[in-house]
Parts: sequence; C-alpha cells; structure tokens
Amino acid sequence: MARVVFIGNFRQLAGGDAEAEIAASNVRDLLRRLGERYPALAPHLDEGIALAIDGEIHQDALFSPVRPDSEVCLMPKIAGG
Amino acid sequence: MAANAHGKTNGKANGSTRWVGTRPVRPDGVDKVTGRARFGADVHLPNMLVGKVLRSPHAHARIRSIDPSAALALPGVKTVVTRDDFNDLSSELVPAGEMMVNYRDVVRNVMAREKALFEGHPVAAVAAVSEKVAREALALIEVDYEVLPHVLDVVDAMAPEAPLLHEDMITVGVEPAPTTPSNVAKVVTFEIGDTGAGFAEADIVIEREFSTQPVHQGYIEPHACIANYSEDGQAELWCSTQGHFVVRGHCAKLLGMDVSKLRVTASEIGGGFGGKTVVYLEPVALMLSRKSGQPVKMTMSREEVFQASGPAAGTRVWAKVGMTNDGRITAGEAVLKYQAGAFQGSPVQPGCMCAFAPYDLAHVKVVGYDVVVNRPKVAAYRAPGAPQSEFAVESIIDELAKRIGMDPVELRLKNAAKEGTKAAYGPTFGPVGLVETLEEAKAHDHYRAPLKPGQGRGVASGFWFNIGGETCATLNLGEDGTIALVAGTPDIGGSRASLCLQAAETLGVDVERVRPLIGDTSTLGYTFLTGGSRTTFASGMAVVEAARDMIRQLCERAAKIWDIPADAVEWIDGEARPAGSNAGEFEPLSLADLARLAGKSGGPFVGRAQINAQGAGPSFGTHIVDVDVDRETGRVTIERYTVIQDAGKAVHPSYVEGQLQGGAVQGIGWALNEEYVYDDKGRLQNPGFLDYRIPVCSDVPMIDTVIVEVPNPTHPYGVRGVGETPIVPPMAAIANAVEGALGLRFTDLPMSPPRVLKALGDARMPEAA
Repeated sequence: MARVVFIGNFRQLAGGDAEAEIAASNVRDLLRRLGERYPALAPHLDEGIALAIDGEIHQDALFSPVRPDSEVCLMPKIAGG
Repeated sequence: MAANAHGKTNGKANGSTRWVGTRPVRPDGVDKVTGRARFGADVHLPNMLVGKVLRSPHAHARIRSIDPSAALALPGVKTVVTRDDFNDLSSELVPAGEMMVNYRDVVRNVMAREKALFEGHPVAAVAAVSEKVAREALALIEVDYEVLPHVLDVVDAMAPEAPLLHEDMITVGVEPAPTTPSNVAKVVTFEIGDTGAGFAEADIVIEREFSTQPVHQGYIEPHACIANYSEDGQAELWCSTQGHFVVRGHCAKLLGMDVSKLRVTASEIGGGFGGKTVVYLEPVALMLSRKSGQPVKMTMSREEVFQASGPAAGTRVWAKVGMTNDGRITAGEAVLKYQAGAFQGSPVQPGCMCAFAPYDLAHVKVVGYDVVVNRPKVAAYRAPGAPQSEFAVESIIDELAKRIGMDPVELRLKNAAKEGTKAAYGPTFGPVGLVETLEEAKAHDHYRAPLKPGQGRGVASGFWFNIGGETCATLNLGEDGTIALVAGTPDIGGSRASLCLQAAETLGVDVERVRPLIGDTSTLGYTFLTGGSRTTFASGMAVVEAARDMIRQLCERAAKIWDIPADAVEWIDGEARPAGSNAGEFEPLSLADLARLAGKSGGPFVGRAQINAQGAGPSFGTHIVDVDVDRETGRVTIERYTVIQDAGKAVHPSYVEGQLQGGAVQGIGWALNEEYVYDDKGRLQNPGFLDYRIPVCSDVPMIDTVIVEVPNPTHPYGVRGVGETPIVPPMAAIANAVEGALGLRFTDLPMSPPRVLKALGDARMPEAA
C-alpha cells in the first residue's frame, strides 16, 4: 500500500495523523479513498493540492500512477511567478 | 561544453546534443532592437477609444454612491463603467500564477464594490475619444466616500483593535474556528519531527526577527490592453500578459461570456516577473468596449502601476535555528506573517515550505499567517514567498557558522539537502543540485579572492519548486520543409529560443528552419501561463512531444511512398531512412523532400501535443557577493557577485545566464533600496522610478554565473526551471556580506543608506581607516 504523508494543515484535516497506508493504483483512487477515510479532508482534495509521488510533484493529474510502495506527500498546490 | 566570456557550465548533462546547449541568435531579437515588436499598447484599431480609470484617493473607504452623470454629459465621452456593470461573483477558487485566486475577490479588485480597500483601487472607468477628454471626465465623476481607518503593517493588521477590511473574514486553519472576524485570512502550519527535541540536541540556538518591505516587480512595460467587443457578443483582446488563456478565463467569467467568444492575443511583453499573471485593465476595457460598441485601449501610467498592481508581500518573520558545536543543524522554527494586500492570498504557504528546504533537517516547524492590509493585492514575484523566509533562515545560518568558526559554505555542505533527503515541506527529494552548487562556490576563484579592507563577503543558498501544468504546442511543416512552432506560453525570458532548440534537436533539423510564434487562444488548446519557471520545461516537453508526433507521421508517409511497413522506417538526422537492409534499399527522404511531396501523398504534416506536464525538477542556487560600505553615506556597493545554480540542462545557456543575472539584480534592489513609502493617510509617496529605486546598470558589476547541470530525469533533455530561484539568495547573501564588512547584522530590509547610517550611528562605529 502507498504511504501517504500529511504535512501542514492537511495533518489537521486528517485528524492529526502524520501518515496513512492507502491502497490505490492512481491518484484518483488515492484521493477518493483518502476522502472516505478522512471526511474533513475530502472537500480540500478537489482543488488546490499537489501530490509528491516518490518526490515528483504531480498537480491536477488524476491518472498518474501510484505504486504499492510509493511515498505520497499531500502538499498545497505550487505555482510561481 | 558551452561557455562564453561571462559564465560557464559544468557540462554534466551536455551529452551529444547538436542544438540543445547552444547559443543561437534569439528569434525575437531583430524585432525588438528595431522597434518592430508590438507590445501591449502598440495595437491601434479604427474608431478606437481611450479608457481611463478613476481610482480611490483613500486607503480605506466605504463607497456610498457613484454619480457619473456629469461625466457622461461631457462631449466625447462614450460610456462609463462602475461596480454596477459587473455581476457580483460567489467564492470560487481558480489557479492563477503563484496561488489560487477567488473570483469574488477578483471582481472586487478590478472594480471596487462596497469599499475602496487601497489608494488606487479602481472605482469607475471612462471611455472617450481622447485621453484628454477621458481625464476631464474622470474629474466629473462624483463619488461619495465614507473614509475609514486604514492599516498598512502586517502586525498592526493582526491586532484585535485593527480596522477590518472584510467584516466577514473568519480565519481559516485555526481549531476551533474563531467566532469573530479579523484581518487574518488563513493560518498554515508545516511541521515534521519534534522541534522541542531538536533544539534540546543543539549546543547553540539563535533566534531573530526580520522584516522585508513590499517590492514591485518593476517591469518596464506598464499594463496595457486593447479590447474590441462586437455586436454579436464576440470579442478580441490584445494585452501584455504572462498568460492569455488565464486572462481569457478571468475575463469571460467576469463578463459572463463563453470562453469561445473571447479571443485573446498576448503581445510582446516588456517584463512580468509574476506581476502579469492577473487581470487589472482587461475586464474593464472589455466592459467599456461592450457598452460603447467601439474598441477601447487602456494603459496604466507608472504611477498607477505602483499604486494598484501587485507587489511582492511585505513580511515580518521570526526564525530560530539550533546547531551542535560541530555544525549539525538540529532544528528550525519560523513564524511568517505575510501581507496579502487588500484581498487574501499572500504567498505565505510557499514561504513556509521553502524556508528550510535547502537543509536536511529532522525537526522543522513553520507557521504562516496570510493577512490583509490596505495596500494593493500582492501578485507573484519570482519564487513568490520564498525570498522573504529564506532571507531569515540564511541570515541565521551565516551567524551560526561565524559562531563556531566554520566556513559558511562548509556548514551548508554539511547540512545540505540531496537526493533522498526528506524535504522540510514533506516529500523526498529526487536528484537535486544543491551540493553541486556549493562545491562550485567553494572552488570558484571569487570565493578565494582576497577582500580589500572594509569589504565583506556573504554567501547564501536558495530553493524553488518549479512546476509543470497544462500545455499545448503545434508544429506546422511548411511546403519548403521549414517549420512554424506555435506555443501558448508568452515568451518572457527567451522561451521561443529554447523551444526552437528542443524542436530542432528532436526533429534533427537546423534550428534556423524552425520559426516560433505565440499563438492566440483560438489557435491552441488551453495552456497555463508562463510562470513558476515552467515554460522551457513544460512547453519544452509539449514541443518534443509534438515533434515526435510529426516524426511518426513522416515515417508513415515515407513508408507509404516506399510501399513498406511503417515500422520499417526510422528517423535519423532529420530524414526518413529504411530501418536496416531488410526494409529495402531507398534513398533517404529529408524533411524538405517529404514536405514537397506532402500534398500528393496524403496532405500536410502537423505535429501536435497537449499535455499536463508533471515532474518538474526543483532548483537550488548559491550566491557569493562582495560588498563595500561607505561609512559616510551608508551606501552599500556591490563589488562582485557570482550566481551558481542548477539548471538541470541549460537549453540556451545565454538565456539561463540572463535569468540568473536578472534575478540577482532584482534581489539586490530588494536588499538595498526598494520600498514603498506611505503617508499617514495611506497614500503612496514614491510611485515612480525616480523615488522607488531599482538598480540600474551603474549600480551593479557584471554578474558572474556558473550553470550547474544535474539533469531532471522527467524532462527529455533534463530541464529544470531557472527563473525563480536566483531571486531567493541575494537578500541574505548581501546581509551576510554587510555583516562581514561592518560587524552589524541587518535584519530589516532594505539596507538603504539611511538605515545603514543609523545602524552605524547606533553602534558608534569608528570611521574606517
């Protein structure tokens, strides 16, 4: 199962959990299952987030693959000037 | 290895490329030096009107009424727009530039509704036959204001008794949620490990408070646009922007249009640096054109640019770092308070995430506050949020190094983030080049050169994430074998050249045969803006994909001509060849051959790509600076400056060097001179380049550059973004150098002559020998 890491305000929304084990094959599955497990987090998963999958940042990428041994870090969406 | 007189690359990723890594003449150069290039204000249309904006003279005021009747009665005035012309919009977050924007706020920033929230806030706009008439009309619009107390400083705005900008603003991110409104829009917290335990391991702990001033991006070309709204509800818009698709989306939303009915063309752009990722004039010009039935041109004066377009956030930062006596950093903490301007959405979040990113730390906690004040809404500015927080941390790192007598580069090397490091903002880094930049710094002759008496040397490192995003590109093969490259990302830093190089490299053709242009919003699919150092990376990936698409078509066509299977054809050095002797004996077909035969063999060749680029490579840099301080005037002179940065791959090294130099110079201005001066009524006193002092050529030496190349494995040629990171280290590097020269630690920016003189006086420094 992928290891999901919560930092920042996401940890607060995940009830204080620092990490969670989630079975998912892609980002869409992972977000759906996160929303089911953490209802307070669910409204924040549609917009404004990025995922670092094994260190690589993915934004708005529902079908990016997630491997069983992946580390997935929830982050605020990044842009720039 | 590519090299020139001003810089060098370490050449790690050069490989065997023919075009990527070379320095051809820029494709937009001749038009720019001859004046042919058309910038935002250079389009003229028949029957065009001039639009001007009436701006609030008050920093904070309730708008009781607006009466435009006298203005409308003035001969030559065609129409007036006010808040009544724009529908109120509900809260809806969309990405734009550095952060998410809220349409409820965008419509209020474009045209004040209930209140004017900063001096310069648009209150009404006029379209008239001439600028003179338009200005006369503005003076005839009667606005009844109830002037309210204002607040400019972030700490003052957080006080319980502070004037409220938005009476319904409840702080997000605090549990339990507050029951009363405040100016604090949001609180964010980033935490890994246990900072209490980390500081307990430390032998030395230093904590300091820092402040930075809002600074403007300082683009030379003011905001400008021309709108032409037709009777059938369609419209065209030309504007100076970093993202015309984003402009289209915002304007369509604010005017209640289908995006397909609005065609936006990005003009040449005279600088943006993040400040042209939002809309100001564009929806107003469209509304004036819609109401008047004539084209409307609007341009901001420099005064309006300063009064009403977003600067970088002013900040107050508290930071604390613990370290062992042998130079191991054990913990870091920071509290960041960022001005958002009149509407929420400061870049405090990336500020929090970047603060300790250069270091491999087990224990970090950063808390950020997004705070509204009666200033123009902040906009992105190169690495938004990062320079302010990293200024604080990099200053303390330098102080810690001095405390234990360790070389500051060695201290950074000892603690540097590298591949496998769990970043302070959460994820684990892939290949990154901070260590390589520090090694280059240590080996650079600048770092070992002797200083003159009274001079100081400083170093600092910096970080930015870089991004990808939605991007389209098209390659059209002409009948003579030349190629028109169409990209959707406005070229603000040389991207047309870097995209041509990537296309030529992939197709195996001479780069001179590829001609780029930036397509309007009707010619390509949605393409996110130029920002976040994404264009050479993301549009580059799209162009490479489009080139591969074209190669597939070319090989299929050659196979058809030769009457062999498509997989028996390969593309080598710009021509189709049979793949081995079993495929048959045929003379290769070049791009020009296939282009000439296109019509008879099946039609034209168009390579397309539409992608959502992922996997942008983070970028680190390290700067070295020498300063001299005039003890009589307080003036800090930059004597020598070297920027070392990981580019992943420098597709066009001259442009990369230009980005590194430009970022450093803007950082020098941020460090030494730039600040907004307001009077006690919240009115800006220095809205012009005479009194708002950005560096000019005579203020800086030639900025030396070293391009490190640790390839980003996601990109076909290893590209990372380069435009953001170089503005991150200068403030701390210069403060560290000034400390070296004077023995005084400056924690408040800018280190302008009056402040330096005052500090010298306070410290009773003797005159330099």
